[in-house]
Amino acid sequence: MDFNRKEMDLLAIKIRKNILRTIASKGTGHVGGSLSIADTLAVLYGCVMNVDPADPGKKDRDLLVISKGHSGPAMYAALAARGYFDEGILDTLNKNNTILPSHTDRLKTPGVDMTTGSLGQGASLAAGAAFADQLNGSSNYTYLILGDGELEEGQVWEAALFTAHRRLTNLITFVDANGKQLDGPTDQVCSLGSIEKKFEAFGFHVISVENGNDTRQIYDAVMEARAEKELPSVIVLHTVKGAGVRKYAEMENCHSTTVNREELEAFYQELDAQADDGGKGTGKEA
Amino acid sequence: MRRRMMGEKEQERKHKVREKSMAGIKTSDKELRKVFAETLEALMEENPDVVYLEADLAGAIGTTGLFRSHPKQAFDIGIMEANMVGLGAGMSVKGKIPFMHSFGTFTSRRCADQTFLSGCYNRANIKLVGTDPGITAETNGGTHMPFEDMGIYRSFPEMTILDVAEPHLLKEIMKKMAGQYGVMYIRFPRKGKICYYEEKQTFEIGKGVILREGTDASILASGVEVAEAITAAEELQKENISVRVVDMFTVKPLDEELVLRCARETGAIVTAENHNKIGGLGSAVAEVLAEAGAVPFLRIGVPDCFGEVGDRKFLAEKFGLTAADIAGAVRKVVNKKGS
Repeated sequence: MDFNRKEMDLLAIKIRKNILRTIASKGTGHVGGSLSIADTLAVLYGCVMNVDPADPGKKDRDLLVISKGHSGPAMYAALAARGYFDEGILDTLNKNNTILPSHTDRLKTPGVDMTTGSLGQGASLAAGAAFADQLNGSSNYTYLILGDGELEEGQVWEAALFTAHRRLTNLITFVDANGKQLDGPTDQVCSLGSIEKKFEAFGFHVISVENGNDTRQIYDAVMEARAEKELPSVIVLHTVKGAGVRKYAEMENCHSTTVNREELEAFYQELDAQADDGGKGTGKEA
Repeated sequence: MRRRMMGEKEQERKHKVREKSMAGIKTSDKELRKVFAETLEALMEENPDVVYLEADLAGAIGTTGLFRSHPKQAFDIGIMEANMVGLGAGMSVKGKIPFMHSFGTFTSRRCADQTFLSGCYNRANIKLVGTDPGITAETNGGTHMPFEDMGIYRSFPEMTILDVAEPHLLKEIMKKMAGQYGVMYIRFPRKGKICYYEEKQTFEIGKGVILREGTDASILASGVEVAEAITAAEELQKENISVRVVDMFTVKPLDEELVLRCARETGAIVTAENHNKIGGLGSAVAEVLAEAGAVPFLRIGVPDCFGEVGDRKFLAEKFGLTAADIAGAVRKVVNKKGS
């Protein structure tokens, strides 16, 4: 599907609203890392992935693996926005008998294809799915979203070695490089150095996206990755944790925090105001 | 030199291939790793979705040829067991049926979280193969001697655990593994074989097999301990103690019905396993017996300690896993019955 800037930005705004609503229904949740990938999910679900909300299990669908499984609310927000299930269900996050657990679960939620929640494991799962597609001669893509803090897990790099060795060009990896993890800035907890150089050394085609909260830049990166037929691609998204909502973008630590129902209306207005200016001045600048 | 291959060649030279047959039965002239490789090849021929992932021990289990003969189904992943389990789980979501091999230590301890989450919780369809369980790791020693693998995995919901040392059983149960959905772990020694099944014998995952009838006590054994149990029963027969022997090759889900039947019909139970006494077959049987109302019961297993280097005979004696140890335990439970 062609890229339409206006449509994608509106979808990203809708996803952010849904994220805030979802977390507000419980009062607390993984706000920061959900908001930081809203634009990526808008692009993937809006105009990139071969998926059908009316038939979540269709055989030739592309897969999205959110290895940073705590960003489940972002995925649910996107799935609801695309009509996989009724938006009212968003208000059941983490409540008894919900189909929306904090971490993504393929057996519980329509549209979720891989269960994650122990960091690093999604990298291998995604590589396995892409490897099976490669063996089957399938033209499907598998998309993988890793957190930057998650790169501290050794399994990510085992999977990276395998992905490069088997030249899984049908696996497109995103790193949500928002620079923060639960306990603080990644540079203070355990420095990652240059994420780009590390993946390059592992044999990846590296695409660095200066503003990982800009739908146009994300879309262009995905197209570049899909055109690359030699090496597997990684898209390093330089994002803002809590992007799109000033309160969270400016919060020192918004990994898991509260969203009050009373604040929702003001957040929605703040987001609606971004529809015309591409999000300028709202904490989405990289 | 790779860390897991130390001493392999030397070991081969020093120790003759173990071979044994019970009651004159000789169903196979191949040692277990050969049975594994051939059965795997047959399964891959039969079903293009069956795949084999190996964590750099193909040379040790004799499957190197499969990479050449089945380049679209057999893959050496490298020394990355955690990644291998995740890859297999991801492949299974796309319909593949992966058998994944390394030594038992590495397909259990090393990747426990991956097996739990990417495998069990994800409801994947993966078959973990752990070779050289317990004392059969011999000269690879305590670092490579899994006495804890079944204990770790027995607490994972819906997981199947198989403990095997007989060639016909290995072949038939691998076919069942390929045909039945779910996360399964099978442990067997690469080297040697002990035959006690006729070719016509059939098996079901979750069902024990009565190998020998008896009335005074039952020995429920798994893996290499089954042969020891048969020998123990033969010895005890000379003392007019009549012992039933059951191959409990499925440690989970346990054949509870058969456990209770043995308790009811023979009134005393001994378990025998090549594993820590904690967490394996003995624990599983104890749980069932305790809830049902106790009968005299003893466990033969490794007494909560680490492994060490040595040959199989030395280690069996050291950890109390011999036929004589089992016979001693049976005498005790039979005496207790009478008291």
